Amino acid sequence: MSKKNKNNFTNEQLLKFYEKMYLIRKFEEKAAQLYGAGKIGGFCHLYIGQEAVVIGILSSINSEDTVITAYRDHGHILARGVDPKLVMSELTGRKDGISKGKGGSMHMFSKANRFYGGHGIVGAQVPLGVGIGFAHKYRNEKKISRVYLGDGAMSNGQVFEAFNLASLWELPVLFIIENNKYGMGTSIGRSAAGGELYERATVFGIKGEKVDGMNFFNVSESAIRAREYIEKNSKPYIIEMDTYRFRGHSMSDPGLYRTKDEVNKMKEIDPVLMMKETLLNDYKIQEDTIKDIESDIKKKIKDIEKFSLESPLPDLKELYTEVYL
Amino acid sequence: MKILLPALSPTMETGNLVKWLVKEGDSVVSGDILAEIETDKATMELESPDDGKVEKILVKEGTENISVNTEIALLKVDGEEIEEISEKPINKSPQVSSNSSEPLTTEVKISMNSLLNQTKENSGAKNWSEKEISMREALNQAIEEEMKLDKDVFLLGEEVAEYDGAYKVTQGLLDKFGSKRVLDTPISEHGFTGLAIGAAMAGLKPICEFMTFNFSMQAIDQIVNSAAKSLYMSGGEINVPIVFRGPNGAAARVGAQHSQCFISWFSHIPGLIVIAPSNARDAKGLLKSSIRNPNPVVFLEHELLYKEKTNVPEENDFLIPIGKGNLIKEGKDVTIIGFSMSVQRILTALPSIEKLGVSPDIIDLRSIKPLDEELIYKSVKKTNRVVIVEDGFGNTSFGSHLSYLIQSNCFDFLDSEIIKVSGKDVPMPYAENLEKLALPNTDEILSAVKKVSYIN
Repeated sequence: MSKKNKNNFTNEQLLKFYEKMYLIRKFEEKAAQLYGAGKIGGFCHLYIGQEAVVIGILSSINSEDTVITAYRDHGHILARGVDPKLVMSELTGRKDGISKGKGGSMHMFSKANRFYGGHGIVGAQVPLGVGIGFAHKYRNEKKISRVYLGDGAMSNGQVFEAFNLASLWELPVLFIIENNKYGMGTSIGRSAAGGELYERATVFGIKGEKVDGMNFFNVSESAIRAREYIEKNSKPYIIEMDTYRFRGHSMSDPGLYRTKDEVNKMKEIDPVLMMKETLLNDYKIQEDTIKDIESDIKKKIKDIEKFSLESPLPDLKELYTEVYL
Repeated sequence: MKILLPALSPTMETGNLVKWLVKEGDSVVSGDILAEIETDKATMELESPDDGKVEKILVKEGTENISVNTEIALLKVDGEEIEEISEKPINKSPQVSSNSSEPLTTEVKISMNSLLNQTKENSGAKNWSEKEISMREALNQAIEEEMKLDKDVFLLGEEVAEYDGAYKVTQGLLDKFGSKRVLDTPISEHGFTGLAIGAAMAGLKPICEFMTFNFSMQAIDQIVNSAAKSLYMSGGEINVPIVFRGPNGAAARVGAQHSQCFISWFSHIPGLIVIAPSNARDAKGLLKSSIRNPNPVVFLEHELLYKEKTNVPEENDFLIPIGKGNLIKEGKDVTIIGFSMSVQRILTALPSIEKLGVSPDIIDLRSIKPLDEELIYKSVKKTNRVVIVEDGFGNTSFGSHLSYLIQSNCFDFLDSEIIKVSGKDVPMPYAENLEKLALPNTDEILSAVKKVSYIN
């Protein structure tokens, strides 16, 4: 497993990335607690275990680049820099939520942070993201549309229509498959025929690769390689991230489709812990420095929780607003 | 052997003889091109049906509006005389109703135009120069004008560019705006609809054409779940300024999978605007308003109306507001409500209705959602009687909802039950007589008017 920093990030930059990964982890753990306490309702899909993917990709993103994903979106919107208080308040369905409490866990957006959701229908975000890439090209913007999809979406028909269009019209799109091995309770082996998932895009002329998605450095390298390819060739690219979610599909998932042993084995390559170890061992960053970051995040999480529970419920008149502009 | 003007599209009633490629005395073999015929959709080549010699040309090139099955030339076939097989005469009228849904007569077309002229204040009246054009041309003008005004507007769909549009609505736009703004898509509704919605989320203003709205079913998830709901789900952050447009409803004998009205489907969804114009003037003004609207608009056209002409202003600022119906004929005895094709059906029935001594208010809704409730209730409170005519299936239809709205808002004013004349609850049959039966017809409209008026 490569632990070298080929991308010449400074220690300071690397600590920022670690801080974000740690924030997502702690945020999601808090969300799980609040869900258990009945403060968060509905569906709640946690990102725990997949943090290296979104932060590794983030390391290649220009601030103007756009991002779209499906419903496991808390980590993505946090990575994009949206105030966690607003995200947690959306989960608690409050007035101060990023979608004013009207979207919920799966439907969060921020144009200012170039984050286009947060979509609840498996696969639907893929043509949408290709459309965002179309808009970039139409306006001659030097932006890349980053489109995340899960292994489950890779068997959904519109995804292939979107691959075809992205390649045919040479759109600046980076597809990122977060292959966490299970579409809800169905393992990838029981849902997808053939070889590697990313190879399904290569038949449309889209170049791609498969990457260890548990390792920030590997993800980052491939993301930067992808960015350079897209910028140079004005064509889409696809990366399949080998990753794993440590929690259930959603909070109501009993997890009977996989063994505890399997989950525990994967936890040995916990992306957050691995990043930390690399920073300590390979970059000789002081343990105290990292501890300071962690305790700072923990403090923030308390504030986030407090804010999200104190924010009032949406005003009842909000029921009828924003149906039309 | 007689060469007849062939029907070269399902809706073709007449054609133009653009050019003869042979002259009298020429020898031809089967498959040789004899002439170029312009249909309502395209210019097509007419092939020789057999080997022989062109004996006589009966219709000069340049002749327009030749009825289908007119003899246009005589071919002397080599060898034996070919016996002409005469088709047994078929009684084409449906057996149940002899008077139903005849093709739109010239009288009806004129009355639509004159009715619009009389109600100009509802149709964007200004002292603009006007020209009588078809709905097809009106839609084309609307798209062209809006694309000129706003570079964020672009058009995509199947065959919209190089083919000039399956129904010629987008004719010439590729030449005017180039392939960056007029895009032929693969046959990939789910994908390109999602792409268009994504582009709208990122700030562009796509016009997404469905070759027919039947094909929008492939993409209904994107329309309902992505386009309609994003503004609400995002707390106002993401709007989707897009127009989905194309022909809707039954054309002419294209069978069950290509003949369905989706007005009830789309008007069910919060977040969508639904428009269904009945004439060229409204089509232009409403399409322009739709393109400028920041919400997703489902713009339902009708293939049989594409060729219908009315006066239309040639003006960038000609807009018809969304949400405003039009009282196209003012009466006093009964309110008859229609939209899109059903307005034409009402006008076809109008002479018979007037013969009964009944003078109807005729409302063309134009906008299905938002609905001009004020106009409807005002009329109902005057006439106290209502007939609703819709092409779509009657079961859980838009007309059902409309009659609910009317009874709950005008209960004390009604002197009769509300009658809804809807399409029959069957997949559209192919046979000509059965198709006519499946759609609302004059007899049904007439008997509904009689019933609400207590006329035996």
